[in-house]
Amino acid sequence: MNMLEVRNATKTFGSLVAVNGVSLSVAAGELRAIIGPNGAGKTTFFNLITGFFPPTSGAILVEGQDITRLSAQERVKLGMARTFQITEIFPELTVHENVRIAVEVGSGFALRPWIGRDAAATVRRATEETLGLCGLESKAGRSVGELSHGDQRAAEIAMALALKPRLLLLDEPTAGMGEQETYQIAGLIRRLHKQSNYTIVLIEHDMRVVFNLADRITVLDQGALLADGTPQQISENPAVQAAYLGTAE
Amino acid sequence: MSTTTIETVLKAPTERRWLPAAIVWVVLLSAPLWLPLVGGYTALASHVLVMGLVAMALNFLLGFTGVMSFGHAAYFGLGVYGAGLTLRYISNSTLLALLFGILLGGLVGTVLGALIARRRGVYFAMVTIAFGQIFYYIAYSWNSFTGGYDGLRGFSRQPLHFGPLVIDIQNNGTLFYYFVLAVFAICIGLMAFLLASPFGRTLIAVRENQRRARFLGIAVDRHIWLSFSISCYFAAAAGALYALLNNFADPMSLHYSLSGEIVIMAVMGGMRSFWGPLVGAAVFVILQDYISSMTENWMSCIGLLFVLVVMFFPRGLLGVLQRRGSP
Repeated sequence: MNMLEVRNATKTFGSLVAVNGVSLSVAAGELRAIIGPNGAGKTTFFNLITGFFPPTSGAILVEGQDITRLSAQERVKLGMARTFQITEIFPELTVHENVRIAVEVGSGFALRPWIGRDAAATVRRATEETLGLCGLESKAGRSVGELSHGDQRAAEIAMALALKPRLLLLDEPTAGMGEQETYQIAGLIRRLHKQSNYTIVLIEHDMRVVFNLADRITVLDQGALLADGTPQQISENPAVQAAYLGTAE
Repeated sequence: MSTTTIETVLKAPTERRWLPAAIVWVVLLSAPLWLPLVGGYTALASHVLVMGLVAMALNFLLGFTGVMSFGHAAYFGLGVYGAGLTLRYISNSTLLALLFGILLGGLVGTVLGALIARRRGVYFAMVTIAFGQIFYYIAYSWNSFTGGYDGLRGFSRQPLHFGPLVIDIQNNGTLFYYFVLAVFAICIGLMAFLLASPFGRTLIAVRENQRRARFLGIAVDRHIWLSFSISCYFAAAAGALYALLNNFADPMSLHYSLSGEIVIMAVMGGMRSFWGPLVGAAVFVILQDYISSMTENWMSCIGLLFVLVVMFFPRGLLGVLQRRGSP
């Protein structure tokens, strides 16, 4: 059974068809990249998967369960976590507090006015582990709003990981980053995929990152599915080359 | 090596965290001793505590959940009338009056909050004003029951009876001050407890970034509703104490102009700090007391001060002190 399955998803805004009958299957443990030119509907497609808004038609399934009508936070409870193209964090809190809130909510403590000593210790351990995984230990006490762009992205990924998701969705994790930061984040994603065995779907513009990391690549163009295959197949696909990689050289 | 840096960074602020609270409690507990020396009186101190409590109640919502209510006088005022009507018509127990005042304001806030919490931004603020004014007009026009425009009179707080022990808060202003302080302490303690809990941190998460909160799996509308309701119970507790302080229920205690004053207290004192609204309320009430004996235009003095604070100390009076205190 596939971890994620999208069947014929369509989203229209008035007369604009942002996503047009796109289907997608992601196996457990797979790292899938979604690419496409600007305005191809990648982020809209992501928003359909994560429940930011419902699709106009089509269905979305996680491990065989139809989640098309579930709200964003119900999907989080089923193990879906995401980051955003523009980093969404709690800017006035420290890195540690940002991740701790995610750990507590992920542990089902969102409505608890009190937790015991053991639970608090478990939360602390999970928080420190997640910070360590993302290389943020040394910045734990800093206010997250003061960190560099790359560290803020890492903090957002840490918050998503703190939910212990089965499916991790990253919207342009290296957007706006320099060489060094891109390298760091790509290394983190590779570790999450290879060592921790997360199922990851990511939107990415940096082709080196995409072709280095992805098991399979999905190409969108003008809201529709253009191609779907291994990096090898995609790089050799003439339609993709024409629409996206460019033929005008 | 890296763990030691985490520990030192995390521990540094917690070591001094008890200090502001210690100062506040020493000042409040000793107030009846030094107040006469500086020309104050205990009823003024009780008034400061009451307004401080409602400003802190509002700030539970405003400063720690990031949602602005312009209608909190409604729940304060329902607390006033709940306590007053209880003493006037039902029972002569001060504690029962306090309880009914809290329940009236709190339950109405819980019900209306369910409707309000779905709104965002300016719509939220407008709906809070609209609901708030409903109760003002009810109290204003229901002459036979609430006393209408003249307010509700004909009741007074009663001594407390604990078995053979009688505490005469009716005639002894200092004892009544300590009674107000005890209720204040319980409410503030509960607020601090909630804010330090996982639930409290989800409210701060909502304040910081609603989109991130939602995609962590926090039911944002429900948490705003809960915060609004909790805030209303505390506002109503302040209102009930206000009725006991004055032995009078004034329809103006339901009016949106009071809602505005509560917002001023919280913002002026510093809505990002726990004690800020209490400082704001103290400044507001004391200035009101002194300046209104000199001129009818006391509000323009407070207005000027408010503008200056917002322009030059956007983190409020206490926010400035905290900035200085911690580098």
